[in-house]
Amino acid sequence: MATPPVTLTRPGVVGVFGSLDAAVLALRELKSHDYANLTVYTPVPCHEFDAVLAKKESPVRLFTLVGGLSGCALGFAYAISTSLDWSLVTGGKPIVSLPPFVIIGFECTILFGALATVAGMFINARLPKLRRAAGYDPRFSNDKYGIVAFGGPAQVTAAESIMRAAGAEEVNDV
Amino acid sequence: MAAAAAPAPAMPHGAPAAQPTYADVTRDIIRTIEPPGRGWFLAMAGILSGLAFGAFCWARQLRWGMGVTGYTPPIFWGTYITTFVFWVGIAHSGTLISAILFLFRSGWRSAVYRAAEAMTVFAVMTAGLFPVLHLGRAWFAYWVFPYPNIRGLWSNFKSPLVWDVFAISTYLTVSATFLFMGLIPDIAAVRDQAVGWRRKVYGLLSFGWRNSDREWQHFMRMYLYLAALSTPLVLSVHSVVSWDFAMGIVPGWHATIFAPYFVAGAIYSGCGMVITILVPLRKAFQLERYVQVRHFENLAKLCLLTSSIVTYAYITEYFVAWYSGNPIERATFYNRAFGDYWWATWTMITCNAFMPQLLWFKKIRTSIPTLFVISIFINIGMWFERFVIIVSSLAHEFEPWQWAYYRPNWIELGIILGSFCWFSMWFMLFIKFFPSMAIAEIKESLPPPGTKRAGGGH
Repeated sequence: MATPPVTLTRPGVVGVFGSLDAAVLALRELKSHDYANLTVYTPVPCHEFDAVLAKKESPVRLFTLVGGLSGCALGFAYAISTSLDWSLVTGGKPIVSLPPFVIIGFECTILFGALATVAGMFINARLPKLRRAAGYDPRFSNDKYGIVAFGGPAQVTAAESIMRAAGAEEVNDV
Repeated sequence: MAAAAAPAPAMPHGAPAAQPTYADVTRDIIRTIEPPGRGWFLAMAGILSGLAFGAFCWARQLRWGMGVTGYTPPIFWGTYITTFVFWVGIAHSGTLISAILFLFRSGWRSAVYRAAEAMTVFAVMTAGLFPVLHLGRAWFAYWVFPYPNIRGLWSNFKSPLVWDVFAISTYLTVSATFLFMGLIPDIAAVRDQAVGWRRKVYGLLSFGWRNSDREWQHFMRMYLYLAALSTPLVLSVHSVVSWDFAMGIVPGWHATIFAPYFVAGAIYSGCGMVITILVPLRKAFQLERYVQVRHFENLAKLCLLTSSIVTYAYITEYFVAWYSGNPIERATFYNRAFGDYWWATWTMITCNAFMPQLLWFKKIRTSIPTLFVISIFINIGMWFERFVIIVSSLAHEFEPWQWAYYRPNWIELGIILGSFCWFSMWFMLFIKFFPSMAIAEIKESLPPPGTKRAGGGH
């Protein structure tokens, strides 16, 4: 019995660019052709890509705000509640002496704010990633740019043509 | 690891003949973490010997008690507290360079900030040893943490020593976080050039970072907010350390100028230490193409600025002592300059106020060997500044019958030597396991491949 023909499925393609201008041009073209699920790999953050992708503001700032405010509240609550827990007058100062407690509140604001900011980055950037990302090439951390486009067979073929026309050095299947 | 490539040629005055490409940056910086040569092992052997001697001194102190030190009543804050403040101060320029200069968009920071940040973390780790060394009964070190004792009494939050615990531990956590977060894209770059088990280890340490637009978007926001949080933190930490003294009534300590005075001194000493570290690092790894003379010149300018602030603080201290009309305050400051500790005071003034005046001359600012020598004097001067503040004040308090003279003995000097070796050990390990320069940020400062846009980055 003959082996049935293998159907080649191409879920997407990755274009490898040696030039920033070519990569931005390709991205702009792909965007104008309504490719929604685009990923750009770049060795350094580039405003040119951000402008084309028109992303929303990162929500990391909310993590910073919530972390900082929580830390501030916790720091003050900690110093005040433990001072009230055993009311011992020291140095003739009130039991709840806010000026020195500002230091505890401040340090906790920074500590919790910083840790929440890091957590915000990890959650939003979807890190840690344990599996290999689609289309990633080690050259993207060195000196090449990559654009990954997904879609149906026709879209993928069109994306390949757009990338090649823009100046991609290679276009590979992902 | 990537195949070793020939190092970039050294340039006259450190200026590159041609701008490096992105691939050059990756290659040149990853070359620094290739397996170490004989020089590294020899240096490490020297460092570990010094550390072993420090450990031996501490072991004697643990066995026989604090009596083995040179402590002389009433001077019980001696070289340990001096060296604690010294190391906390050293830690400051790392955050200044990485956070404050980031917020000011000073492009020159990219070549030097990684080494400065690493220096910060290791300096705080070194500083953290000294309260434990100073305790005597080191096995009770956990008493510094704010938890209730067996009677349910919590720590006294009105005490500057408790503030110090919060400030230093927050600073250590945040500066280590800042360092490690900044390293993630660079660790990914190392992973992509590595092979075998190294690739796996760096892969784990990079958290699977892939340089995608999503990752960069959130990463850059995180970096900005971490910088924004670190900036007030760095100013607060040395202020809090200064209040360990300023909250006391000891003449020479009880001054409102202490917080800004200490912060300026800390940044001054930190910039000095960055120069001390960068000169051999640049030479050993042949990084003249990246750490250029202009970087050293900018660091020298920072030293000059902060030295001016420190000098102004010295003058203000003496002026206030005179203007206060307080005879005890006046006597303390007279004693500092002309009493038993005149040698320490004049070492401090010479190194911190007079010597940096040489930095007004461009020829000196751009001569790396001269800058290296000046940076050593900055380190010495700033250690003596803390010694003068702490020891000369305690040695000459209110009651003449209490006046005394303290000098550190070989146990304390051995522990100080050990602390420098402890710091150097961590730094030497760091530069062999992680990129000591920021790969991604240096690339950002270069023109991107295939475009007319000049570099500049964020």
